[in-house]
Formats: sequence, C-alpha cells, structure tokens
Amino acid sequence: MAREITQKRKIVNTLVAWTIGFLIFFPILWTVLTSFKTEAQAISDPPVFLFFDWTLENYAIVQERSDYARFLWNSVIIAVGSTVLGTIISVPAAWSMAFVPSKKTKDILLWMLSTKMLPAVGVLYPIYLIFIELGLLDTKVGLVAVMTLINLPIIVWMLYTYFREIPGEILEAARMDGATLRDEIIHVLTPMAIPGIASTVLLNIILAWNEAFWTLNLTAAKAAPLTAFIASYSSPEGLFYAKLSAASTMAIAPILILGWFSQKQLVRGLTFGAVK
Amino acid sequence: MGQIQLNQVTKSFGNVNVIPPLDLTIEDGEFCVFVGPSGCGKSTLLRLIAGLEDVTSGTISIDDNDATEIPPAKRGLAMVFQSYALYPHMSVKKNIAFPLRMAKMDQAEQERRIEAAAKALNLTDYLDRRPGQLSGGQRQRVAIGRAIVREPSAFLFDEPLSNLDAALRVGMRLEISELHERLKTTMIYVTHDQVEAMTMADKIVVLRAGVIEQVGSPLELYHRPQNTFVAGFIGSPKMNLIEGKEAAKHKAHTIGIRPEHITVSAKRVKGAWPGVVGVSEHLGSDTIFHVHDTGLADVITVRSDGEVSYRHGDRIYLVPRMDVLHKFDANGQRIA
Repeated sequence: MAREITQKRKIVNTLVAWTIGFLIFFPILWTVLTSFKTEAQAISDPPVFLFFDWTLENYAIVQERSDYARFLWNSVIIAVGSTVLGTIISVPAAWSMAFVPSKKTKDILLWMLSTKMLPAVGVLYPIYLIFIELGLLDTKVGLVAVMTLINLPIIVWMLYTYFREIPGEILEAARMDGATLRDEIIHVLTPMAIPGIASTVLLNIILAWNEAFWTLNLTAAKAAPLTAFIASYSSPEGLFYAKLSAASTMAIAPILILGWFSQKQLVRGLTFGAVK
Repeated sequence: MGQIQLNQVTKSFGNVNVIPPLDLTIEDGEFCVFVGPSGCGKSTLLRLIAGLEDVTSGTISIDDNDATEIPPAKRGLAMVFQSYALYPHMSVKKNIAFPLRMAKMDQAEQERRIEAAAKALNLTDYLDRRPGQLSGGQRQRVAIGRAIVREPSAFLFDEPLSNLDAALRVGMRLEISELHERLKTTMIYVTHDQVEAMTMADKIVVLRAGVIEQVGSPLELYHRPQNTFVAGFIGSPKMNLIEGKEAAKHKAHTIGIRPEHITVSAKRVKGAWPGVVGVSEHLGSDTIFHVHDTGLADVITVRSDGEVSYRHGDRIYLVPRMDVLHKFDANGQRIA
C-alpha cells in the first residue's frame, strides 16, 4: 500500500521545513541586514528588523579603509589554486585505490582521514617554523600548499567513492582497445566521473574559501584572504557591528553566488550513486 | 593470423586454485566456445588470454610469439564484454573510433573503417547517438563494431548475449556466426548456454572447476561424450543417466540415453521400460514427457513428435534405441 500523505499533513510538513530552513538562514540574513544599518541602529535594543534607515555608508567605509579586491584575489588564488593542485594529485591516487586496491588500501584511506581528526592548532607551531625556514610566511604559494595538504584527504576520499561507482569492465575495455594508463584516465575515467569531480571541486573551493585558522595564522598583509579581511573589523578598539557585517557580506557573497549557481551540481554530485 | 596456444597455464587467486595446469590450442580462424556451469573458470581463462589477468604460471602464445608478459593493449585481441562496456560519454561513432584513435591511425582510414563497420552492423543511422539511447541489441552491435574495426587477430566474447532477451539472442547468435563466416578470424566465445555452444562452435571446450572435461566439435560431444558430466551438459533436454540393475545389464556403471532416442508406446513392447507420464511440455514441433515410476531414475525425459499425446498419469512404455546407448564406468568415464 502506498503511504498516504494527507493535504493537512503536507501543509504542516512544509511549514516545519520552512521554519527550520529560516532559522538556519537567519544569522546570514541578520548579518546582511545589519550591514545596511548605521552603527547605532546595529546595536539598538530592542533590535530593529526591517524598519531602519537603509544606508550603504558601511560598504563605502570598508572599501575605503581596506582594499577588498586584493583580499578577494588572494582568496580566489588560494581556494582555486589549492583545489586544482589537490585534484591533479588526487585523481591518480583515487584511481589506484578504487581499481587496483591492495590489502592495505582501506587502512590508508582511514589513516588519511585520521589526519583530519587532529586539532589543527596541534601542528601550528611546527608548520609555522617550517614556513619561517622556507620563507613561505604570508605568501600565496605557502597558503596554497597548506590548503592543498589539508583538503587532500577529503578530495581523495570523495573521488575514491565516485570512481568506485564506475564499472571496471569499461576500463578493461579501454585497456583492450589499446589505451595506455594515461589515455584510460584522461579519455575514459575522468569524463565519466565529471559529475563527481565537479562536486568535489566545488566543495573543496568552498572549504578552502572559508578556512580561517591557517589563513589567519600564516598571513599578515600580502597574502591575506577574505577571512583576514573580516577579522580585521573585529578590532580591540571596539566592535563596529555594522562595518563588520558589511565586510562579512562582501566576503561571503562570491562563494554564496557560486554555491547558488552550482547547487544542482552539488546536490547531484553528493548523492551520486545513491540514486540510479 | 590468430593461433592461440596455452601451455601449462595455471591461475590462483590467493590460496584458491582456479585453474590447474591446462593445455589448449585454438587454431587460426576457429570459432572456439568455452562452456561450463558458472564458476567453472571459463571467464577467467578468457581473461588470461586477453591479458586482463596475469597467469600464475605457464605461458600463452599468440601466433607462436610468447604473449604471457605482453599487456592486453598490445596482444592484438579485441574483446566484447557481457555488460557491453561502452563508453557512456561518447557517441556511437566515437566508441567505435576509440581503438583506432588509441592506435593513432590516420583520420581518413578511421572514417573508412568506421563506415564499413557501421554498415555491416546496421548502425549507420545511430552513429551520433549515445549508448544510453540505444536498445540492448544495438549496444551489443556497437561493442562488436568497436572490436571489428581494429581488425584483431582474434575476438574474445565474454557471455555477450546473456543480457539480451530470448528472441534477440537468437538473432545476435546468427549475426555473430555470419560475422565469423565473413571475417574468418579466430573467435573465442564464453557461455554457460550449451545451445549457444552447439549452434556456433567449430570447437567446444567443456570446463568444470578449471579442468577441461572434453574438447571437440559439437557433434563429437553430442555423439561421444567422454564422461557423464559432458553427457549431461551437452544436449537439451539433458541426457538420461541410469545406474543400477539396468546399467549392469550392459556391463556399465551408468548408461545414458538421450530423450530424443527414446520412443513412446502405449502397448507393452519387449525390452521396453514401463512408466507413468508426469508433466508434458508441448512445444508444437516436439513434446517433452517427464516420465516417473520407471524404477530406473527419478525422472526419465523423453522427446517425442508433437503429434503424440498422453495425459498426466497415463501408463506408457519407453523403447530406447540401443544403438545409441552411452556407457560409463564407475568413475563416470566412457566405456568404448
């Protein structure tokens, strides 16, 4: 018997879902709204929700005080650079784990993931020292390297699960057809795994974009990305909520837009293989 | 050319010995079928020849050249897989062109071969489609097309028809046989279906648990099965195997008689076996009776003319043709 869903039930479910969705979204909405308030209205008690004097003043001041474009550029370089580098390293790694596994493959995968369980601050000191030694402190190259290493386990894991969905016979057919290992990966495996690779890349860009611990600790001025841009508005001289909100909105806008346009791809990729 | 020789080939997966030492020669231009129940090692054997699996010991030579260590791409063999294994992101044309592209063949020659293959396989109208838009039979033809454009020294087929429905299977069977007639290229074909083996093969290799039970032409296997396994495996419906007193009369441990070599009579005849009709299967041209209570075996299967009609529970007499009786010893091996 098919499960019956009454009209009333449907309305209730929809309302509940929307309420939860709104609650999750609320902090972001509040940040965006606050960015258009004056500093006084931003901290007024009781808070004003929509009926305040809308102003773009905060954005003007933020842009005047710090060069948004430079931070944005640094963020783009770090997020995209580490993702591209990580993917190039991960595709062959995931290929070998998915198609020519050894007895230790599962262990290696778990071991790789275990590095994500270590608190980052635990290795801050050694990595900081290495950065000083190598002259990588406050450089984009240094941050790309660190971001790549940090997200590598996730990229390998995701690609590994996508590759596992690809029937081995197709790769064997390619081998019979005269494809070398390189041909096999470039012409057969990668095109077939495009949905999976795309969602891996998107997720990784988002993770790298939002990463704050390393970007804040390993940069000063030259290589500082948008996370540092936001942080610079939470200053000891006092809290300027409206300006902080404006800076935050500017920092998250690009990734929100990217996420919005790619949400279909993201959802499809993340459920890849679950539904056929 | 495409003579393939297996010399003392073995294969183990870990501690499991799938193929004990095995020798086999497949002549150039031959249509050779590996047949056996699932798990008999027939697919493994094909994959060893293809190079998709490494032999544990022994050598494989193709046209007298040792190919044991040569990677699959360089063996000059083409393979058609059970799942078709088409490249889903490429059009039919690109699928067929793939091996040529890998061989870096010049464009004009590629076009010529693709066109010829598409024409031969009735795929000309579908060249721009993706595999996902094709029916099962068309997909299988694309897979065959991808194999023939390379002009390989031998074709390897791994149960290529088992995903097709019955009607299509018969059609494709004929197409593959015709292809063999036309190309005269060596073909090695793996199947668990003895009908496919009988209808297509020049030479059948019957395998059980990695061991070759018998090699021969379809009719040799039908007329002179070397042991009870081959006797029961080749022919449909299966040969009746009878043990005990009746067999002892013929100085054998087991005697075998094919269903088509027994006639049915309503009246008692000298030397006939009495029995009771169970299920009858009417095929139109033939009728197959399952006869019980003969005292010989649980069921004796009889194939009669389609006109013959008995009802469930009818008492009948079975007259075997003694000249085509098969005799086997206690080890199941053929006697004379």
